[in-house]
Amino acid sequence: MAKDFGIGESVKRSEDVRFVTGNGKYTDDINRPGQTYAYFLRSPVAHATLDSINIDEAKKAPGVVGVFTGQDIADAGLGGVPCGWQITDKHGDPMKEPAHPILAHGKVRHVGDPIVCVVADTYAQARDAAEMIDIDFGQLPAVVDMKAAAEGNPTNVHDEAPDNVCYDWELGDKEAVDSAFAGAAHVTTLELVNNRLVANPMEPRCCIGDWDSSSDDYTLYTTSQNPHVIRLLMGAFVLNIPEHKLRVYAPDVGGGFGAKIYHYAEEAFVTWASKQVRRPIKWTSDRSEAFISDAHGRDQVTKAELAMDAEGKFLALRCDTLANMGAYLSTFAPAIPTWLHGTLLAGQYATPAVHCRVRAMFTNTVPVDAYRGAGRPEATYILERIVNKAAKELGLDQCELRRRNFIRDFPYDTPVAVQYDTGDFDKTLNKAMEISDYANFEQRRQEAASRGKLRGIGLSCYIEACGIAPSSLVGALGARAGLYEAATIRVNPTGSVTVLTGSHSHGQGHETTFAQVVSDALGIPFESVDIVHGDTSKVPFGMGTYGSRSLAVGGSAIVKAVDKVVEKGKKIAAHLLEAAESDIVFEDGQYKVAGTDKAKAFAEVSLAAYVPHNYPIEDVEPGLEETAFYDPKNFTFPAGAYLCEVEVDPETGKVEIIDLFAADDFGNIVNPMIVEGQVHGGLAQGLGQAMLENCVYDEEGQLTSGSYMDYAMPLAGDLPMFTVSSEDGTPCTHNPLGVKGCGEAGAIGSPPALVNAVIDALRDHGIEHIDMPLSPNRVWSAINAASHKQAAE
Amino acid sequence: MYAFDYQKPSDVDSAVAALKSEGAQPLSGGQTLIPTLKMRLNMPEVLVDLSGIESMKGISRDGDTIHVGAATTHGAIAKSADIQSAIPGLAHQASRIGDPAVRNRGTIGGAIANNDPAACYPSACMALNATIVTNTRELSAANFFLGMYTTALEEDEIVTAVKFPVPSGSSYQKFDQPASRFPLVGVFVAKTAEGVRVAVTGAGSDGVFRHEGLEQALSGSFSADAVGGVTVSSDGLMKDLHGTPEYRANLIKVLTKRAVQEIG
Amino acid sequence: MTTITMTVNGKERSGKAEGRTLLVDFLRTEMGLTGTHVGCDTSQCGCCVVHVNGESVKACATFVSGMDGAEVTTIEGMANDDGSLGVMQASFKEHHGLQCGFCTPGMIMSATDLLANNPSPSEDEIRTWLKGNICRCTGYHNIVKSVQAAAATMAGAREAAE
Repeated sequence: MAKDFGIGESVKRSEDVRFVTGNGKYTDDINRPGQTYAYFLRSPVAHATLDSINIDEAKKAPGVVGVFTGQDIADAGLGGVPCGWQITDKHGDPMKEPAHPILAHGKVRHVGDPIVCVVADTYAQARDAAEMIDIDFGQLPAVVDMKAAAEGNPTNVHDEAPDNVCYDWELGDKEAVDSAFAGAAHVTTLELVNNRLVANPMEPRCCIGDWDSSSDDYTLYTTSQNPHVIRLLMGAFVLNIPEHKLRVYAPDVGGGFGAKIYHYAEEAFVTWASKQVRRPIKWTSDRSEAFISDAHGRDQVTKAELAMDAEGKFLALRCDTLANMGAYLSTFAPAIPTWLHGTLLAGQYATPAVHCRVRAMFTNTVPVDAYRGAGRPEATYILERIVNKAAKELGLDQCELRRRNFIRDFPYDTPVAVQYDTGDFDKTLNKAMEISDYANFEQRRQEAASRGKLRGIGLSCYIEACGIAPSSLVGALGARAGLYEAATIRVNPTGSVTVLTGSHSHGQGHETTFAQVVSDALGIPFESVDIVHGDTSKVPFGMGTYGSRSLAVGGSAIVKAVDKVVEKGKKIAAHLLEAAESDIVFEDGQYKVAGTDKAKAFAEVSLAAYVPHNYPIEDVEPGLEETAFYDPKNFTFPAGAYLCEVEVDPETGKVEIIDLFAADDFGNIVNPMIVEGQVHGGLAQGLGQAMLENCVYDEEGQLTSGSYMDYAMPLAGDLPMFTVSSEDGTPCTHNPLGVKGCGEAGAIGSPPALVNAVIDALRDHGIEHIDMPLSPNRVWSAINAASHKQAAE
Repeated sequence: MYAFDYQKPSDVDSAVAALKSEGAQPLSGGQTLIPTLKMRLNMPEVLVDLSGIESMKGISRDGDTIHVGAATTHGAIAKSADIQSAIPGLAHQASRIGDPAVRNRGTIGGAIANNDPAACYPSACMALNATIVTNTRELSAANFFLGMYTTALEEDEIVTAVKFPVPSGSSYQKFDQPASRFPLVGVFVAKTAEGVRVAVTGAGSDGVFRHEGLEQALSGSFSADAVGGVTVSSDGLMKDLHGTPEYRANLIKVLTKRAVQEIG
Repeated sequence: MTTITMTVNGKERSGKAEGRTLLVDFLRTEMGLTGTHVGCDTSQCGCCVVHVNGESVKACATFVSGMDGAEVTTIEGMANDDGSLGVMQASFKEHHGLQCGFCTPGMIMSATDLLANNPSPSEDEIRTWLKGNICRCTGYHNIVKSVQAAAATMAGAREAAE
């Protein structure tokens, strides 16, 4: 065993060789013999009836092999795109769950809603033919603004959802909150917009449907974070194809960030239609198309109120949120503003009473679902902004007010239905203050002022629920699936190991991290471990990668399967060593007879399992392969403290991020290099939300930020080098690795840190809040308005 | 994109002849045109690629004039020692267009013929009182740029070169639109024998324009303080996701001041 | 359709192209070089950056027509002759300058072009140069480190050679 490759080592990633040489295999790199190409003709309007569709000319166009409409889909009896989570509203009624046909039927409900699909020999031919299609739209008013919708919009996106309400949900003890407010010494209020985002993984979505005429089997190649989930949803709910006839393969996937969790209409279409045209069908999204067909993220508006006593102790928090669902319910959409949001509103604080109300609204916009952090960034943004506003109102330092309210006793039952198993919030705050030299900030502020710049420092203390999730718990909360993970350890006869995991890697480095875990546990060389994922024909089962769950849940399944292998190996070793099984210990890759120097190497025992000549054949089967399913006992709770330091140019309103200091508690860490990389990436997305990114619709429901010309992606020049620390975490108490998850932290903790920093920089202007993104125009306008106000006073 | 015939002539006369055919359009660096074609927003029957015309490439100095071939790339302009020393504002402007890969393909001729309201070069041309040379005539910049995406170019007329008089001082200040990284506002200030000229791009609803108030103030006193005393109206300025007219008006002043400070 | 012949990664290759065929599609479909990716349709993301006659260009905004005789280098041509990773490739692996790998080929091609133009760039110069390459995974922190380290390695190699 090589110690340099074990748990805790920054092992360089084994997957990188293929990526840096151009040998990655992404879905669009795959081509099937006889492949055709699909072009989806999408709605150019936000809301309209489909009064007529004429496809006659298109059918006759060169190269066309099929033209399909929503009527064809309905005639074939296919199901709609299913939703995987049912919320029960505050009256005990199920949420409104309108149908989501894979091609629009009767009505279109957002710009980008697919109406017709043309399949042709080439992509250009499919697109040429689509231009020959005539559609009569009966234009309807568009529902775009959630607030207006909530105040009574005469137009309904779906007839079955009056007033466009999907559900009206609440969590927490309303009476306790009301009475705490009645007795509060101070109340801070704040209204916030959590801006709508587009996930924008750099690889656009792509899928290939390939029906096999000899076996009647289907293969779907797709850009997915969870191929088994797609197989389940698409097979069982849309196409009625049983699992054994359907293979879903997600090869290398170029980033996901949530947007590739969901089952999308295009996947179901190409799979089904490949049998209709008897040829494979490929669809590759353009980036412009991605903007109007990938699920969006965030998009909430919240009114928050925080009640405190005279010393700044938090008494109660009250939140009223409107959450945009878009035109249809995407796979996890209903769970995001509820169970992934309301449950985190205690944050790191011992607030005794919390109440939150969430109304989920249908609008004529692209469906909204989980995007990196999903619900938890929204909760953190509310809390960490209102706490800073409260600190300012009370004249307290932002760190001090938090310290007065930190939870310090674990396990801790929050008033919003979760139990934090462990944490140390003082420690991460101390660390953040130390690495940022918080104590000497004032000097830096004055130096910046001498250059005409306004310098600010902003704090955010986040906690998130990751490692989702205990199946029985999420089942009770409305999930229509379990959220365990599966793994198989296949020990090959000569002692190398193939790991089949249900976690999907699309940038997270599982091929390295998981191999470290197995190499460490079995005491075999890192290079002898191969990680296989993404293919339902190889991996027994899996729920996939999201919610920072891969190592906490998928890694735990691997550990469980390894344990089973070792247990079986002990039986074999006991036979070979002529010792009692209870005397066998496994350490450093050796089965040893305790207290003796008798031992058999892991590879020797493995070989014996496959060449069972001298073998306990009466008691033990040959072979050495074990599968385990791991269902977590609780969520994991990564937490941390982020300090962001910025400089604002008061003449232009431009914000420069000087540094982002992140002190995270991820529990135990397997590969520090990969963990730091995950934090960096999360920070870039969080800071992008806070400063640059904004998905904007106009009143007609047209997406005005529909390409990189108007949707501002963070570039290298927008960001600084980050200062991150995740050492000495408090290990998770309930999974075998003691890990918590690190994928989303950066995106959760950083937006309020940046906004708090900018508000701090503008301290002399009396500015209380600016909504994200803090674009130069918005910051300048706030300064300009404040200056006029101050001049008038 | 739609299908088209592709031609790559090697001299100006053949290019002009090719452009006389039905539905023909010129292609220069293609960094704007190709994305437009991909979105099927443009439907040429023939594309005439001008990048093979050697006589339209290159930079030379003749006395107090810098001559830039229309097919010269932004990258070549940015790196030109002649331009860096004679018109540093122009070299800097070229170095800030797009990104390195775009600058290796995109050309000055293509950019000014397109006259995007947020293109950089029209501001240099206006501030420096450049002469736009076509295959048939020479036009002053003021007579060439006629409004958003509109120029004086006739059908089958192509820009072959741009002639820049050398100013005594020049600076281009660009404030990036956060997404496209085109100028949200770009200001080119030139000190010339006829006085100070200030041209603004990215801001005007009708494309590039010169700001008389700023020019008068700076011709009187070339100082940041002089800029402070000028009122820049937001009337006629663009409004979009990234900037209000008021914000753009503010940026015009701030960037002009910074240009003046840089020229010194 | 016309036949285009060019030198791709040091070898003369021919393929069929229409007037509208983009270099990136030609490379991916005619040449089978799928390391060059398409990440946007507005020429901003840089996943498609290759070198043409020694300069970085966006292969999604370049017609292959008219490129007869050009020398093209793609990510597949960046390894050393013995198959080992080139300096920039090795540096990205060593410094965790990639996660999902999709932007990586274009990023490596742009970064290589940077060092050809400016052998010892500052952090600011690296960030500015990479304006046309979007990465959604890394936050650029480790990309900048990778480029800095590659510059140092190349400088060391030059010194050793002198």
